[in-house]
Amino acid sequence: MSSKRATIHIDGQAHEVAAGRNLLEVALELGLDLPYFCWHPALGAVGACRQCAVTQYKDAQDPSGRVVMACMTPCGDGTRVATQDAASREMRQAVIEWLMTNHPHDCPVCAEGGNCHLQDMTVMTGQAYRRYRHAKRTHRNQDLGPFVAHEMNRCIACYRCVRYYRDYAGGEDLDVFGAHNNVYFGRAESGTLESHFAGNLVEVCPTGVFTDKPYGADYTRKWDLQQAPSLCNHCAVGCNTYPGERYGRIKRIENRYNEAVNGYFLCDRGRYGLAYSNEAGRPRQARGPQGPLRPVAAIERLAGLLDGRVAAVVGDRVSCESLYALRALLGAERVFRAAGPAQLALEDAQLQLLRVAPQVADLPRIENADCALLLGEDLLHSGARLGLALRQMTRQRGFAAAAQAHVPTWQDQSVRLVAQQQRSPLHIATPARTGLDEVAATQTRATPRELARLGWAIAHALDPQQPAPAALEPALQQVAERIAADLRAAQRPLLLTGAACAEPALYAATAAIAQALVACGAEAPAVAAVPAAANSVGRALFGGAGLQDLAAQVEAGRIDSLIVLEHDLAADLGEAGLQRWREQLQQLAVFDALPGPTWEAATLALPVATIFEAEGTLVNYAGRAQRHFAVHPPAGDARASWIWLCGVAEARGQSLGPTLDALLQGLAEAEPALAGLRDAAPAADAGGLNAVPRQPHRYSGRTAMHAHQDMHEPRPPIDLDTALGYTMEGAQGPGRDTPPALRTAHWAPGWNSPQAINKFQQEIGGALRGGPAGCLLPLAEGSRAAAQTLGAGPPEAEDTLRLLPLPDLFADDALAGRSPAIQARQQGGAALRLHPRTAERLGLATASRVRIEVDGEQRERPLTLCADLAAQCVGANLARCGLPAAWAGRPVRLRAEGGA
Amino acid sequence: MSQKISPPDKPLTDRIRPEHAPFDVAEYERAGGYQALRRALRTMAPQEVVALVKDANLRGRGGAGFPTGVKWGLVPHGPDAPKHKYLIANGDEMEPGTFKDRLLLEGDPHQFIEAMIVAAYAIQADVGYLFLRGEYHLAAQRVQRAIEEARGRGYLGRNIKGSGFDFELHLHTSAGRYICGEETALISALEGKRAVPRAKPPFPTVAGLFGRPTVVNNVETLCNVPHIVNYGADWYRGLSRTENGGTKLYGVSGRVCHPGAWELPMGSSAREIIDEHAGGMRAGLRLRGFLPGGASTDFLTAAQLDVAMDYDAVAKAGSRMGTGTIIVLDDQTSVVAMVRNLEHFFAQESCGWCTPCRDGIPWAEKVLDDLVYGRGRPGDLELLEQQTRLLGPGRTFCAHAPGAMEPLQSALQHWRGDFEAGIAPAAAAPAIAGPATPEAPRPLSEVLETTPMGPVGEGGR
Repeated sequence: MSSKRATIHIDGQAHEVAAGRNLLEVALELGLDLPYFCWHPALGAVGACRQCAVTQYKDAQDPSGRVVMACMTPCGDGTRVATQDAASREMRQAVIEWLMTNHPHDCPVCAEGGNCHLQDMTVMTGQAYRRYRHAKRTHRNQDLGPFVAHEMNRCIACYRCVRYYRDYAGGEDLDVFGAHNNVYFGRAESGTLESHFAGNLVEVCPTGVFTDKPYGADYTRKWDLQQAPSLCNHCAVGCNTYPGERYGRIKRIENRYNEAVNGYFLCDRGRYGLAYSNEAGRPRQARGPQGPLRPVAAIERLAGLLDGRVAAVVGDRVSCESLYALRALLGAERVFRAAGPAQLALEDAQLQLLRVAPQVADLPRIENADCALLLGEDLLHSGARLGLALRQMTRQRGFAAAAQAHVPTWQDQSVRLVAQQQRSPLHIATPARTGLDEVAATQTRATPRELARLGWAIAHALDPQQPAPAALEPALQQVAERIAADLRAAQRPLLLTGAACAEPALYAATAAIAQALVACGAEAPAVAAVPAAANSVGRALFGGAGLQDLAAQVEAGRIDSLIVLEHDLAADLGEAGLQRWREQLQQLAVFDALPGPTWEAATLALPVATIFEAEGTLVNYAGRAQRHFAVHPPAGDARASWIWLCGVAEARGQSLGPTLDALLQGLAEAEPALAGLRDAAPAADAGGLNAVPRQPHRYSGRTAMHAHQDMHEPRPPIDLDTALGYTMEGAQGPGRDTPPALRTAHWAPGWNSPQAINKFQQEIGGALRGGPAGCLLPLAEGSRAAAQTLGAGPPEAEDTLRLLPLPDLFADDALAGRSPAIQARQQGGAALRLHPRTAERLGLATASRVRIEVDGEQRERPLTLCADLAAQCVGANLARCGLPAAWAGRPVRLRAEGGA
Repeated sequence: MSQKISPPDKPLTDRIRPEHAPFDVAEYERAGGYQALRRALRTMAPQEVVALVKDANLRGRGGAGFPTGVKWGLVPHGPDAPKHKYLIANGDEMEPGTFKDRLLLEGDPHQFIEAMIVAAYAIQADVGYLFLRGEYHLAAQRVQRAIEEARGRGYLGRNIKGSGFDFELHLHTSAGRYICGEETALISALEGKRAVPRAKPPFPTVAGLFGRPTVVNNVETLCNVPHIVNYGADWYRGLSRTENGGTKLYGVSGRVCHPGAWELPMGSSAREIIDEHAGGMRAGLRLRGFLPGGASTDFLTAAQLDVAMDYDAVAKAGSRMGTGTIIVLDDQTSVVAMVRNLEHFFAQESCGWCTPCRDGIPWAEKVLDDLVYGRGRPGDLELLEQQTRLLGPGRTFCAHAPGAMEPLQSALQHWRGDFEAGIAPAAAAPAIAGPATPEAPRPLSEVLETTPMGPVGEGGR
């Protein structure tokens, strides 16, 4: 976008704005209320709904002007419009009246009510009475699967759903059918929406055609939902969310705009993976060997353990606060990471890559790259939101072509017309087909190790100083040279990899390419990698040995007590292994939010709050520290692990807390390199005397909510840890300068739907007013060592077969996988996958079940052949196939069932 | 070489023999066909053809009347121009009451093909399409055969007649939407997408079919081109009685003695066309008004019959020349029902992209329906008038809805009493809110009996 400025006149007021942008965006940025439907900040303008009509005048002398659509009108110097004149107001009101001819009068029973852009725009235009007295058209609705409910009668045909689903997200199974006032937005027939991002339809749709299905089944009006800024912890991207709570249940998750992380969209795992928090069987009481314990007793028991030979093992979603508290209590050397050797290597490689990256790829850097290499990672499963961003990156060449034809980037239809099939080069080199292959310039299939060698070949092609891998297949060599040429020519190159293949050499190769690009004088690339979990980077920053070392200590009998922090050891050890450990140990203390084998085996079990019930800081894939706040207090005795641990510290006369701010202060002093974690969000006194209300000012029924239990209204919980309050008192909205990390809602007068976000942005689609939410940790200060040459070696022997873990967005896992909606979305995936050629070589071409053997252990599993998979590997979604996580990347043997 | 041909005064239809098969390629050549192509290829630079057509003042016959040569001039020319350009003939003749292009395509397909090649040469297009109305089976058959004949004679394909110019022509039969007559919607449909108009700019001449420079011309417009090349701009302008050059295929439908289409000098008067060529009104009927250029033009009244049928004069009279095919309204047909039928058509044919058109026209249709059956309410006429204003030019995404409003707004203006008569006498409903006293439903038969006017189509019985 050009940086030229223009002076425009709106309703007689002069404004200086960026030239060339459209009037609607500019008007919204100036804080004006101009209604719209078909425009969406991420989708651009198409001029279909005619709602944003304004009157444009040729000059100051033009008496009448003409009605134009603001979204289709570029701002030039001297552009002169009126928004409050009779002609444009009449037009805007008429558009609502037309839209309403077929819109039902069902707001009272519509899940969108109170959250509805159509309601807001109707009120904004003043269209209050219906003159239309004729029959309305009706449609049949479809079953679109477990996530999205469909009610086509409410449709106002703004076309945003198909523009989002098809043009933006690359889906193919939602379309528009029919014509005239009988257009139908749906699938060719009922069936589950295939996109990984279908849930965004709920927010993209300006009215109640597409609504959140699980939310609808457990519904509360938006104005009765208590909210707090939260994070998604189902992968390492760290999307910002607004979970909404009522009656102690998380009802839904809505996107929380963060320009650097997730923009306007979430993936379906993030939106629908919330049900675990509402499970009736969640532990609410601490438990000792003799049964339930009061919190004080539990704390005392735990405090007692610390004097013995104790160690702790921590999961990869545990907040930095809890990690720090545990290390402060036990000493860093006694805290182990729940990670096998490969996972540990991946976690450390992630950190190393962040340290050597010339710049870390945040969301805008991914979307705006003009050449990208995706090495190894199936992003649409492992870090889905980044995959959606990567799809946008392919449009850059089209934008450039449009700019040359004087078509502005926001003019969506014309940009696509000019762009046609031109795409910026996206090179995908992965062991299995990805959902982005269709927009990729090259698609390469090879084993993770071979892909790492491909990476080194690229690095070598860019900078001969980098070692060349030996005996690379000519086809791969050719691809390497093409990719190197594209990366070298790029203005904004991008490199992406990740941990999903369990191959640390991919990280080393990616780092080598980044260094080679810099060395050869090309533009410095943006680099990103997706680690395994929500706080993998945070955990890696604290460091610690892994499970292998811990196992050695346990098995040698050097440890009496083990504390397990938010992790199920059965996933690593198997149930038998867990049992063995249990027998070795005198005490097993387990912190968890959900029951599981480890919880059951515990001698001391402490119930933990879920992410919706606790404050904590997580560090995402890019090294960005972000704070999540409790949406509601946990029931029973559950609480954040760090709160339990602060209690233990107090019981031992050690001071860690007692508040979050005090804990973070201690952290900053103890670990100066991680002091940045404190800055993820403002401290509890940021709001002065006024707490930021978690409840909307229209929150209703507060006094009645508990009346069936107690006629007295309970005293609201007091929140000493944060600047938020469990209250509806106090101002919300854009007038109040609440820092973005503390905003509990994006609401503005007259803007009750998610579209209200425009009131909180400095620029449409740009930074939030009040500065960023979250902060990048200064990781580059660490070692900037040259990339290890890991993976640059010779190819593996041809008969080596390794287990390739295939990520699955809807996998059964400890959290999201417990959600019935996610479970209903799972399709197939329980079989091992093998390339037909490999199957033939192994004599398995006709086998339907095979025996798989890793490190002497055997399992029997179904087998399917899959041509779009690298040879020399057995693909499996480990969770779906019921295989141990530690098997990832291990050499395997396959035999036909019953074979010797 | 070419035989000497005396310039015809009805060039477009000169070779058409009603009730006979059209000329095949040999007959067409013997009648002087493909001479213009040879002349253009051998003696003229592409830009000279463009200049000649500009000079002839040929204006688009599809409805908008945009100067053809000017349109061609907007296509990027020269060495830096994109490699591929397209020429599309718009033969999606779906305007109610319009059947002129069909006549040309069925009657003289080689004339059309020669025109396409010459026009393609002028803009240096290498691929052309005829986008033909799906129901024109005979035209499709004849054009397809003619294309094959022309290809056999080397008029299509690579290096046409040794000129180094390549051009391929394809026939595409439409799946059938009125909106495909709108050039950008036509292009969308031709690309296999929904027939939805596109935002302009960029104009098709810069970024059209598959993003390449594209000229879309009406079939009749194109058919003039070989004759202009053959006989020159002066001759062409001389055919006309007015400033707008050439002849025009005028048509008349409605209850006249001899409905049909005729090639006449541009600027012939409506009275002459209706009275002389269409034989006047049928016995016992008087002309009440007429749509001069198809369904999407404003009504003119009997008092305006002397208007010269060209772009400027009809516009001055308050309507549009459109396609030049007149629809006559007689004094025994209900104007309200006629307009209702037209709005039904336009409502059905809205593509559904923009709100005013998609939801406004059906509303107007429903109100008109009530007026036809005497169920109108006070305020209905004001509502209709408001719709005609709010669905006007600039308010909608393309020209479909403004066109749809033209017969309605003019009928309301000329014959308001007819519409007022449709308001139910007992309906004392308030202006805004719903019915104060709900009407008891009446059986349809009773409604039809007691209503002075039946729907259009039944009036003739």
